Amino acid sequence: MNMLAQMSRKHRAWLAFAALAMLLLSLPFITDALLGRGWVRILDFALLYIVLALGLNIVVGYAGLLDLGYIAFFAVGAYCYALLGSPQFGLHLPFWIVLPAGALLAGFFGVLLGAPTLKLRGDYLAIVTLGFGEIIRIFLNNLNAPLNITNGPQGISMIDPIRIGEFSLASTHELFGLTFPSVHLHYYLFLCITLLVIFVSLRLEDSRIGRAWMAIREDEVAAAAMGINTRNIKLLAFAMGATFGGAAGGLFAGFQGFVSPESFGLTESIMVLCMVVLGGMGNIGGVVFGGVLLVLLPEALRHGAGPVQQALFGKMFIDPESLRMLLFGLALIAVMLWRPAGLWPSRQRRRELSADDDAAQRGTVYDAAK
Amino acid sequence: MNFLPMTMRRNGVQCMTPPSETLLEVSGIGKHFGGLAALNDVSLHILRGEIYGLIGPNGAGKTTLFNIVTGLYQLDSGNFTFDGTGYVSCKPHLLAQAGIARTFQNIRLFANMSALENVMVGRHVRTRCGIWGALARHAAARAEERAIIGRARELLRYVGVNRPPQTLAKNLSYGEQRRLEIARALATDPKLLALDEPAAGMNATETESLKTLLQTIRADGITVLLIEHDVKLIMGLCDRVTVLDYGKKIAEGVPHEVRNNPAVIEAYLGGGSA
Amino acid sequence: MDIFLQQIINGLVQGSIYALVALGYTMVYGILGLINFAHGEVVMIGAMVALSVSLLLIGSGLPPLLVLLIALMVAAAVCMVLGYGIERLAYRPLRNAPRLAPLITAIGVSIVLQNLAMIIWGREYHAFPALLPNSSHLLAGAIINEVQIIIVLVATAMMAGLMLLVHRTRLGRAMRAVAENPSAAALMGVNPNAVISITFMMGAALAAVAGIMVSANYGIVHYYMGSILGLKAFTAAVLGGIGNLRGAMLGGLLLGLIESLGAGYIGDLTGGFFGSHYQDVFAFLVLIVVLVFRPAGLLGERVADRA
Repeated sequence: MNMLAQMSRKHRAWLAFAALAMLLLSLPFITDALLGRGWVRILDFALLYIVLALGLNIVVGYAGLLDLGYIAFFAVGAYCYALLGSPQFGLHLPFWIVLPAGALLAGFFGVLLGAPTLKLRGDYLAIVTLGFGEIIRIFLNNLNAPLNITNGPQGISMIDPIRIGEFSLASTHELFGLTFPSVHLHYYLFLCITLLVIFVSLRLEDSRIGRAWMAIREDEVAAAAMGINTRNIKLLAFAMGATFGGAAGGLFAGFQGFVSPESFGLTESIMVLCMVVLGGMGNIGGVVFGGVLLVLLPEALRHGAGPVQQALFGKMFIDPESLRMLLFGLALIAVMLWRPAGLWPSRQRRRELSADDDAAQRGTVYDAAK
Repeated sequence: MNFLPMTMRRNGVQCMTPPSETLLEVSGIGKHFGGLAALNDVSLHILRGEIYGLIGPNGAGKTTLFNIVTGLYQLDSGNFTFDGTGYVSCKPHLLAQAGIARTFQNIRLFANMSALENVMVGRHVRTRCGIWGALARHAAARAEERAIIGRARELLRYVGVNRPPQTLAKNLSYGEQRRLEIARALATDPKLLALDEPAAGMNATETESLKTLLQTIRADGITVLLIEHDVKLIMGLCDRVTVLDYGKKIAEGVPHEVRNNPAVIEAYLGGGSA
Repeated sequence: MDIFLQQIINGLVQGSIYALVALGYTMVYGILGLINFAHGEVVMIGAMVALSVSLLLIGSGLPPLLVLLIALMVAAAVCMVLGYGIERLAYRPLRNAPRLAPLITAIGVSIVLQNLAMIIWGREYHAFPALLPNSSHLLAGAIINEVQIIIVLVATAMMAGLMLLVHRTRLGRAMRAVAENPSAAALMGVNPNAVISITFMMGAALAAVAGIMVSANYGIVHYYMGSILGLKAFTAAVLGGIGNLRGAMLGGLLLGLIESLGAGYIGDLTGGFFGSHYQDVFAFLVLIVVLVFRPAGLLGERVADRA
């Protein structure tokens, strides 16, 4: 105790860092022992969703562009991986090619979506991105005839596992005297990627480009008048966000071994947006927290809703699946009412996309002309 | 005493060129909104190093003219020449790059960014660091970032915003916000600084120190274009003024001449009694 | 059979329903600048309530039209209470919050409503009783049934009524005033909160009517019907220029027609490569193209940036 008091601030910071690192490294083993392997899998998904949320955070949190079709980029990355590494076309390209290819392709789609919609703002952009997301999903769903590309609603299965050199993440490995099952290995890979994306986000936030994004978010006209090429900088935000989404999609495909259009619906887009907003837009810690919360909460409710009901009333009154989503919806409302700026907002930016900018956008309200 | 950043001094040298040299020339500009002619065949020229005033009653078209020369509006007829280059239509960011910086009538700061960051954004157009620099933070990127911060701090002092630089723009006082907007505009190294009613809502003391600031800016070699309602400020500050009324130029000249121009008196007092 | 005319008829019927729902989005948006994401679910609740009421009364010997009328009244009343409650609980506390906060609560509300409906009415598809005369008529080579005629007539009447209300009554004037400037309206003696509540309730009543129309048209009710319908109607509202009542009507009708014609002809246009399941792609593509050329929708006024 005395020792702790004597330590300098720097040492304490190091200690906290080391403790966090230890926790993150041992988390799959702890989870496995306490909650079971299924929960390690959930952790893996949580990490993927954090990557997604951080990508969307660049678009929504930094640049202030409301994107309701973000999951489309996730889909592009996933299908790119699936098509290049599965029996679908008999292609089995290595991981280090298909993952970047998916990310780049998603980035390209980001520009493709961004370019015609740059003039739109606020809610108009929201509906166009939403439409874009739906278009991608509908194509994935229907591109099985007359030419079978995506295998339609059945999706693509038997996707190659993530393999780095000869090291396949799909099988159990013995390392350093420890047994690493597949889900653990994926956890470590996804953790690395998540940390990389956090690093990239932090660096971007505190840079000339990051400031330009925020300036556009705060006041696009003033930003342009200060010499910012708003078109290019917004496109850059779209492309960066989409690239992250595409990378996460590739990892998702390799991890699941299966993709189908079902995983890329509007609900998923909205879920990622909720992570960003609920956690605290523009704040990386908040976004990570939001991602963890929104993956874990429904899972906890899934495991909790049934048994608790059983214990309380002795029988199932309500379909646990409905109950869990009901509670989830209520939680969303409650959190937003309680903390409108998110659970962990950035110190500075409490009023993203604030209302005054919107006044100019609103168009005629109740067209007064007779 | 000398807070002047390097580039301003360089501009100061440019000021040494003969004062007859025209910086901004506006020729026959017209602009319509629906059936309303906001500007009708307006021409004027601004010389390097002068403080030029644009006055006129509300709705005379002053801000419209501003928005045209800063690229926010497209003109319907005419053209303008800035620093030797002719323009008919141009994107705002390119005009900022060419050297026109502006402030807004109803202050448009980046409200949720700090005072320092606001000015740092102004440096965007004169700096180059891209994605790779942001991620790698190599020596050149770090040096550029340090220069941006240094210059931004310098400009905050220069305009007299003496608050902790991390203060959010929206938490500054009204007068400070006006000054911050000027600092942000100066950060783009402008040749022409266009101010849209900078003294609006200021009290007498604040207006007086604004006047001093503008004189300092001009002394440092930056040409100033000023829209203002405060006639006293205009008279005491401007080298020449143009008076607009209903989108037309009704007078131009040195302040005391313009003040006695019958058309101007008519415009300000209203012709309804005739 | 005249396929073109048939698609036009189908499109008009579908479009009338879209228009009614789109009006709900646009009224709320016009007054609050907020996308009421839960509006589609209100439509669904309206349909469900009407279903329950008509199933309850259908054996009582009342004439079917009266049953439908009662069902409509109850559904409208329930939806109005719902609309009022949603505004009061999920939106009003967030009126000065960051702009995305009410969007998230709206999403929360729609998740809650959907799952509540699933708990109450179950996951299965319900057949909606045929309470309207349902005989088909041949019209210049196309088939139109009486339900469709009634849908178009009722929708037209409701829209005309709404326009009269907004433009010719004191309440309508108050609504327009609040939409323009809530604080100035308040200074003039208008109670903005009351006006906003009434707007939500009117939108909800229109939603209930639309819900019954959809159910009667397809004869099927399902807890998930609201989300897709809501999405389409919202698209229609944006297409027309969100916040603009006439825009919502125009957008709704156009979207209905585009979808119907698109579904009917996309196969021919693309040499059979794309089938009718691409009809939604068609709708969204048209939306994107329209917005690229008219960023504020068809009837939305272009607002230049004020400097």
